[in-house]
Amino acid sequence: MKLLLTGNEAAAEAAIQAGCRYYYGYPITPQNELINYMSVRMPEVGGTFIQAESEIAAINMVYGSAAAGARTMTSSSSPGISLKQEGMSYLAGSELPCVIVNIQRGGPGLGDISASQADYFQAVKGGGHGDYHTIVLAPSSAQEMANLVYDAFDLADKYRNPVLILGDAQIGQLMEPVEFNKKPKKNLPVKNWALTGAEGRERRIIKSFYPVKGQLEEFNAHLQRKYKLIEEHEVRYEAINIHEADIVLVAYGTSARICKEVVKKSLRFNFKVGMIRPITLWPFPKEITRKLSESVQCILTVEMSAGQMVEDVRLAVEGRCPVHFYGRTGGGVPTSSEIIRKIVEILPDNSEVNTLLQLVEAK
Amino acid sequence: MTEKIILAGFGGQGMMLLGKLLAQAAMVDGKYVTFFPSYGTEVRGGTAVYHLIISTEEIFSPLIEEADILIVMNQPSYQKYKDMLKHDGLLIMNSSMIKPDDSPVPEAKTYKVPATEIASKLGNVLVSNIVILGAYLAIKRLFSTNQILNQLNAVLKGKKSDLFTINKQALESGIEAINHSKTC
Repeated sequence: MKLLLTGNEAAAEAAIQAGCRYYYGYPITPQNELINYMSVRMPEVGGTFIQAESEIAAINMVYGSAAAGARTMTSSSSPGISLKQEGMSYLAGSELPCVIVNIQRGGPGLGDISASQADYFQAVKGGGHGDYHTIVLAPSSAQEMANLVYDAFDLADKYRNPVLILGDAQIGQLMEPVEFNKKPKKNLPVKNWALTGAEGRERRIIKSFYPVKGQLEEFNAHLQRKYKLIEEHEVRYEAINIHEADIVLVAYGTSARICKEVVKKSLRFNFKVGMIRPITLWPFPKEITRKLSESVQCILTVEMSAGQMVEDVRLAVEGRCPVHFYGRTGGGVPTSSEIIRKIVEILPDNSEVNTLLQLVEAK
Repeated sequence: MTEKIILAGFGGQGMMLLGKLLAQAAMVDGKYVTFFPSYGTEVRGGTAVYHLIISTEEIFSPLIEEADILIVMNQPSYQKYKDMLKHDGLLIMNSSMIKPDDSPVPEAKTYKVPATEIASKLGNVLVSNIVILGAYLAIKRLFSTNQILNQLNAVLKGKKSDLFTINKQALESGIEAINHSKTC
């Protein structure tokens, strides 16, 4: 059965369906539909909902529930996610599975409440202190929000690692038809590390502190091996029209929806526009990006930021082709016409400029 | 078929519900639909605007750059959003609260429905949104009255079920307002 839900509500319901029974949050626009939905739904399924006294308290409550082996989640928006960074570093350092949702809003500082993708660096490069990664998933519709939140709990358990859902105000608040049809995953590892009471067994310790010289380096090596495994097995992306493409757009989330419209409009052009939509931002789809850089004339990265993901695109491309950038900041959302104008500007062969611009104006 | 509708009014005029009823009817009808409530940091009484797209094809950006239809409930919303309507678009306005004469949209097909007045006469000013919804149904015929009544029924379950009758009356009055204006 389809339900008309906001991305925020879809995230909350998917978490419930994935067996999350411990949610801790603190209100902030534009993710309030999520915490609101949880406040109603959690009691219905016998779960625990706490509106914590702060974002910091909420992330540490997540730490507690995760350490006890439960599926647990928190959510917030940009300024609130900044507050959670210490907790996220501790969760990664203690290898605790959990899901954190960031419905990004404009920044820096208190910014505004409209859609933004300016927390990319924070999300994929760590955010908190220390050498760690969260797995970062980027939905571009309410349906995909539901699917990815469900998968996020499985990924978190599989790798004993926090998973971050990186949405934005538009993905969070947009209402679309959503279906919940994911099935529980079998063969997930048993949580034989969880703190469940040590009576009759060896005690277990959850910690991120390694005071004995050498132990921390060893632990970091273990983390890096785990991250390598994730990079090898968990990359997800959507590729559209990339076969024999002249130019490829790279965009995620809300930007990707607009780029898809550009790809559709470009079917009338005399050159081919393809597109890569990263679904995992970490691990980033490096391999496909590298491959494409050998065949296309250029790549255009589109983001609602001053240029963050474009750095990962350039790292994957390693100079094999030009990588251009188009971005809007502070709540600005790019339009398909703007993107087509940018394509016209960067295209090596500009002979079709007038035809293209006519198409843009025709809408 | 793609229909891009902008709905605007002051907070409390029920544009959210109007849009949601249409979006839900579209979903049940098997269409693609996006409904984006674009609220700022407005307080109660501020302008609320909603972007609704109904289509038989995949919808990309849910933000409307140029609307096929503009439904406006009060003067500030009309002033603020009338330029977003495409030049030969469809304009449905709550004429009880909008005086369009100083700044008309010349080529738009315009329907003036005194929704607030009609709703007041029915006994509850809060159903002015459903009056306008009725007008939209009579003009565009994208959904049947029954399809919308089913959605209303789903929304008005439990404690609100006694409001169904007046909402049904409001819907019918909106339809009647258009049909009447067409015949005279």
